[in-house]
Amino acid sequence: MHIHFLDPYQPRLSPVHRLDPRVKFVLAVAFILTTAITPPGAWPVYILLLAIVLAVEILSDLGVGYVLRRSMLAIPFVLAAFPVIFTLEGLTVFSLDIGPWMLTASQPGLERFISIALKSWISVQAAIILAGSTPFPDLLVAMRAVKVPRLLVAIFGLMWRYLFVMVDEAMRLLRARAARSGHADRSDLKPGGKLVWRGRMAGGMAGSLFLRAFERSDRIYMAMAARGYNGEVHSFALPSLSPANWLVLGLSLAVLLILLIISILIFG
Amino acid sequence: MYSSIEVEKLSYSYPDGHVALREVSLNISPCEKVALVGPNGAGKSTLILNLNGILRGQGKISVAGLELNEKNLGRVRACVGLVFQSPDDQLFSPTVFEDVAFGPLYQGYPEVEVRQRVKEALAVVGMSDYVGRVSHHLSVGEKKRIAIATVLSMKPELLVLDEPTAGLDPRARRSLINLLRELPITMLISTHDMLMVRELFPRMVIMDEGYIVADGETLELMENEALLSAHGLEKP
Amino acid sequence: MLYAPVPSPEPMHIPDGFLSVTVSVILWGISIIVIAYALKRVNADLGERQIPLMGVLAAAIFAGQMLNFTVAGGTSGHLMGAAIATILLGPWAAVLVMTTVISIQALIFQDGGMLALGANIFNMAVIGVAVSYVAYTTIVSLTSNRKWGVFMGGFLSAWSSIVVTSLAVALQLALSGTSPANLAVPAMAAIHAIIGIGEGLITVGALALVYSTRPDLLKLGQAGPKGGKLVWVIGLLLAIGLAILSPLASANPDGLERVAEQKGFLGIAKGPIYEVIPDYVLPGISNEALATILAGVLGVIIVFGVALAVAYMRRSRQVSGD
Ligand SMILES: Nc1ncnc2c1ncn2[C@@H]1O[C@H](COP(=O)(O)OP(=O)(O)O)[C@@H](O)[C@H]1O
Ligand SMILES: [Mg+2]
Repeated sequence: MHIHFLDPYQPRLSPVHRLDPRVKFVLAVAFILTTAITPPGAWPVYILLLAIVLAVEILSDLGVGYVLRRSMLAIPFVLAAFPVIFTLEGLTVFSLDIGPWMLTASQPGLERFISIALKSWISVQAAIILAGSTPFPDLLVAMRAVKVPRLLVAIFGLMWRYLFVMVDEAMRLLRARAARSGHADRSDLKPGGKLVWRGRMAGGMAGSLFLRAFERSDRIYMAMAARGYNGEVHSFALPSLSPANWLVLGLSLAVLLILLIISILIFG
Repeated sequence: MYSSIEVEKLSYSYPDGHVALREVSLNISPCEKVALVGPNGAGKSTLILNLNGILRGQGKISVAGLELNEKNLGRVRACVGLVFQSPDDQLFSPTVFEDVAFGPLYQGYPEVEVRQRVKEALAVVGMSDYVGRVSHHLSVGEKKRIAIATVLSMKPELLVLDEPTAGLDPRARRSLINLLRELPITMLISTHDMLMVRELFPRMVIMDEGYIVADGETLELMENEALLSAHGLEKP
Repeated sequence: MLYAPVPSPEPMHIPDGFLSVTVSVILWGISIIVIAYALKRVNADLGERQIPLMGVLAAAIFAGQMLNFTVAGGTSGHLMGAAIATILLGPWAAVLVMTTVISIQALIFQDGGMLALGANIFNMAVIGVAVSYVAYTTIVSLTSNRKWGVFMGGFLSAWSSIVVTSLAVALQLALSGTSPANLAVPAMAAIHAIIGIGEGLITVGALALVYSTRPDLLKLGQAGPKGGKLVWVIGLLLAIGLAILSPLASANPDGLERVAEQKGFLGIAKGPIYEVIPDYVLPGISNEALATILAGVLGVIIVFGVALAVAYMRRSRQVSGD
């Protein structure tokens, strides 16, 4: 079984793909931070942020449709912010009469809610572009550059290496379970078993996955030790950034800063 | 006529667009033992996974007269006993007993009946003494037998095994072949083990690139060396 | 059937946009400190084995979260994994393993935000692990390491890790002004008291398998995974703190709101500048709106113009290059 489409990286030749991963990483974080700081109700700024992210989507050749489809993932969480429409005080926009309750939507409430939803939607698109245009090993380089501890980066790297193996194993377990989840030829029997039993069986599958992971990690360790690994993480020095990358980084950060100042001064 | 399994023009393509089965048709009568051979990537495992609806292609599949559809899925799964290539995928309980009991428990049988079935299934594969053992620590050959017991306990209409002798040492292989010979049940087995095919299976189906390219008497097909070598097989 | 990304098991991975900057930054700070200390401890305990062990186990937890089971009416139970990781690896290694899982989920699968990652690590890798540790070690030592104690400890640590983590999420949402505490806390607690049962059952199932297969991994006879008194005390304080704070907050949501506002939690933009340009919304709203629309339209045209021009130039260059 191959699960290569688990990896969201989409190989393309776009300028976004060619940008140094460190620049991309920093810009994605800076963009998300800017979006987070933008006050509720600063609509022009939101529109600009959205325009920027859509523009980068076009540039990246990932396909706006692809990114938008993936960005819908965050939507269920929006429910968590829903009550805020009715709980903030302020100018009444509309009222809902639901049985015994009377819900009053206020203007600040609506503003806050829409702002949260927009922020979340814009930010997730930036993260999707980053993951879609940067192969994972490059992301590890970027993490090293922003001083994530080497050990942690090494653990991330090894996890990524074995993620596909483990997910494959989990899928095979699920498949083997499904193959034996049959119904009897008797209408008086209810298939499915008891809830507690089902939970325990799923747990058994997880447990056997973990056991195999333990044993595998032993083998990996021995293979690493056989090649001279002694716990030290060696890595090449990072190459310096090209002037073009510096330019993109500087300009983009400047744009974000200006947006930020505008949003705070005018809409704060 | 009543067939154990009837496959009619079954096609399947994976989500990435790869076409793995092309209009495959196959009929197996009760108590027939059929070998499914062909090079790696021929589509054997894909066909097997289609037989009990783990994968769903286009075409018609009936098991014991029951058409495979959304409504009959559960029934069909109980009728087709699927043994996967890696027994580790099938054994995920603390004890052998619980692994073998999974099928009947899922089907909803009362405890007495479940115990009875586990006992019978383990006896058939010659592993009665292993009922309380931990599956994880068994040898590959032993795991293979337990994996077969985990589907026999469902009393399936037909037993389907994916490459059962792969990775077994000669003794484990021999004892597995003896077990398969004794089992009085319809069987479809995918394998590269041509010696076992000649010894055990009167009928052989050759697959390549998603097609069934030959279906006939094993001894006859084995004489056709041009056919065998065209599909990466060797006369034993 | 194979489609990835993996759905998040519980509404626990907070996306970006839902937490205020202040809350995000503070929780990032705490998480970084805990991770740094955990790295030190694990390095001392495991030495050179740690990278393969942590990496592969993180992959296994990630994959283990896909192993669902039907609960009822189309819903299914999943694993978050903090409890089982804590029991098998001890608290410090579990912090690292969960941090790895959560980071990869955010970075690659957008399961949880990047700015919110600090909070998500804090909730699942710090609180989840600390609570699991307290519950498990307490019960296992109270039952003097008997088999049923191990399983009961496993169930309760899994259940409480889910519930307490969800309380932390609710409080953070309330502090950020995203969700009122009097709704978020009871709703999250109620949902997760049920979801936690699924976590508990899976954890017990996994423990049962490990217990019968590799009991050595459960470090029996050593009073549970290594961690020390300090971890235990901190974990207990965290659990009690959240358990007391959240009902208080939900009974008195205005209080929390006021704290949040005074401390500037509701976005730093409400600071001094707020007084400089007061009430901009109400007077002259039509002009504001007009200016807003104009600025927006202009900005969009500029940004899109540039992007489309670049894309077009590249395409024509590729075509002529062929
Ligand atoms: N999950 C999958 N996604 C895409 N292609 C697959 C997948 N699984 C198998 N294939 C492809 O389908 C073909 C048939 O595979 P399979 O049925 O496993 O062959 P066999 O079992 O005969 O060796 C092969 O070319 C294989 O690469
Ligand atoms: Mg195969």
